[in-house]
Amino acid sequence: MSAFVDIHDVTHIYAGSEDGQPAVEGMNIKVQEGEFAAIVGPSGCGKSTVMKLATGLQFPAKGTIIVDGKQVTAPVKLAGMAFQNPVMLPWRTTLKNLLLPLEIVQPHRGRLRSHRKEYEARAEALLTQVGLAGQGSKFPWQLSGGMQQRASLCRALIHEPKLLMLDEPFGALDAFTREELWGIIRDLHAAQRFTVILVTHDLREAVFLADRVFCMSARPGRIIAEREIDLPRPRDIEITYTQEFIDIVHELRGHIRTARDAA
Amino acid sequence: MAAKSTRTTLILAPWIFTLGFFAIWEAAVWAFGISRFVLPAPTAIAEAIYQYQAQLLRHSFHTAWMTLAGFGLAVVFGLLLGMALGASRIIHAGTYPLLVGFNAIPKVAVVPILVIWFGVGWQPPVLTAFLISFFPIVVNVATGLATIEPETEDVLRALGASKRDIIMKVGIPRAMPYFFGSLKVAITLAYVGSVIAEYNASNVGVGNLMARASADFNVPLLWAALIALAVLGVIMYAATALVEKRMTGWAQRSQFASQ
Ligand SMILES: Nc1ncnc2c1ncn2[C@@H]1O[C@H](COP(=O)(O)OP(=O)(O)OP(=O)(O)O)[C@@H](O)[C@H]1O
Ligand SMILES: [Mg+2]
Repeated sequence: MSAFVDIHDVTHIYAGSEDGQPAVEGMNIKVQEGEFAAIVGPSGCGKSTVMKLATGLQFPAKGTIIVDGKQVTAPVKLAGMAFQNPVMLPWRTTLKNLLLPLEIVQPHRGRLRSHRKEYEARAEALLTQVGLAGQGSKFPWQLSGGMQQRASLCRALIHEPKLLMLDEPFGALDAFTREELWGIIRDLHAAQRFTVILVTHDLREAVFLADRVFCMSARPGRIIAEREIDLPRPRDIEITYTQEFIDIVHELRGHIRTARDAA
Repeated sequence: MAAKSTRTTLILAPWIFTLGFFAIWEAAVWAFGISRFVLPAPTAIAEAIYQYQAQLLRHSFHTAWMTLAGFGLAVVFGLLLGMALGASRIIHAGTYPLLVGFNAIPKVAVVPILVIWFGVGWQPPVLTAFLISFFPIVVNVATGLATIEPETEDVLRALGASKRDIIMKVGIPRAMPYFFGSLKVAITLAYVGSVIAEYNASNVGVGNLMARASADFNVPLLWAALIALAVLGVIMYAATALVEKRMTGWAQRSQFASQ
C-alpha cells in the first residue's frame, strides 16, 4: 500500500538562504492515510520546511513528494493548517473566520451562498466540539489565546480536509489548556480519521497523540529515528504517567540529544 | 470622587487653556501697546472676521472645494497605485525609486509649472493638493497589502487560494486601517497644497484673499483669514478622523495598527 504522504529523498534549499546550505537534506517520511504522525527535532532543523514542502508551498531541489497519490507540483488544495500563531482575521467574527476556507475550496465555494445556513451550522457544531459553543459571534480579539487557538483548529477542519498540518499549534499555551486541546484533537481525529502531521517541541505531546514519531537531526534536517507508538487507543491523559509512556519519551529524548550534540 | 473631578477637569481643560491663550494675547497687546500692524488683538481680529464675514465664507468654501477635489483625486489614484504596488513586487520594485524621488520635490516648486500649463485658475490648487497628498495614501495602502502575515498566506494557499483570492479576502480588508489612517495626513497636506497654490496662482480662495490682504497691508483681514484657515482645517481633519473611526473600529479595538 502506498503512503498518503510520501516524502522521498527530499533536499530543499531556500531561495533566500545566504549560505546556500540546505534546510533539509535526504528527507524520507511516509505517513499512511488516517495516521497521526508527529515530527520532533531541535529548533531550526527544518520542521516547518517539511510542512511547506508537503503542502506545496515550497518545492524541493531534489527528491519527490507525493500526497494522496499525486506528485506535489502546486499548493495541494486539500490541507487544513494551524500554527502556533492562530492568525485569525481581526475584522471577521470567529464564525466568519471559520467560513473562510469554504470561500476558497471547491465545491463549497460555489455552494456557500446558497447553503449558508447549513455551513454555519457545521461551523457552530465544530465550535461546540472544541468547547466554544456560542462564541462564534465574537471577534477573535475578544477571545483568549487558547480560545483563538481552538478556533484556528476549527478553521483548519471546517472543509473536512484529508490532511491536517499542525505546526506547534499548542506551543504558546499553558499546560492545562494544552492538555485539554490534546484531548480535543485526539477525539476529532478518532471521529474523522483524517491524516495528521504534527510538528512539536513537546515529546509528551508527540507520544500522547501520534501513531508514529519522526525525529529530525539538526540542520540540515534528516530523519534520524522513526518510532511507532503502539499505545492502545483511545488514550487517556492518565497514560502520560505510566512507565511505558515515560520510557518512550525518554527514548525519543535520547535521539534529540544525539541530534543536538552532533550539531 | 477624585476620579470624577479629574474627569471634569480634563473635559474643561481645553476650553480653559484656549480662552486663557486668547486672554493673555489680548492683555499683552494692550499692555505693551503693540501696533495692530504687527499683531492685532483677538478682539480686533474678531471684529475683522465680523466685518469681512461674507468674503471669508465665500473664499473658505472655495478653498474647501479645491482641497476636497485634490484630495478626492489623491484617494482614487493613491488607492489604485497603492494596490498595484502592494500586489506586485515587480511594480513595487520598479516604481519605488521614482515615487520616492517625486515625493522629495517640495510641491510648491511645481506651482509655477502648473501655472504655465493651466494659467491662473482652479487647476493649480486642485493639482497641487492632489500631488502633495497622494504619496502617503500610496505608501500606506501598499504597506497594508504587502505585510500580510506569512502564516495567513500559507493557510490560504494550502487551500488552493489564488493571488487574487488572497488580495480580496485578506489584503484589502487588512489595508483599510492603513488607508483610512493615511487620510488624516493626506487631507492636511492637500489643504497646504491648495492654499499655497491659491496664494500664487488663483483669483479666489482663502490663499488668494491673504495674498491680496497682504498687498493692501490689511493686517486684520490677514489674521481673520488665518483664523478661517484654522477653523476649516480643523473641520476637515475632524471629519476625516471620524470617517476613519467609523470604518475601522475593529482595528482600533483589536490594537491591530499598533502590532
Ligand atoms: N524563507 C526562508 N528563507 C531562507 N531560509 C529559511 C526560510 N525559512 C526557513 N529558513 C531556514 O531553514 C531552516 C529550517 O527552518 P524551519 O523554519 O523549517 O525550522 P523549524 O524546524 O520549523 O524551527 P522551529 O522549531 O524553530 O520552528 C532554518 O535554518 C531557517 O533559517
Ligand atoms: Mg517552525
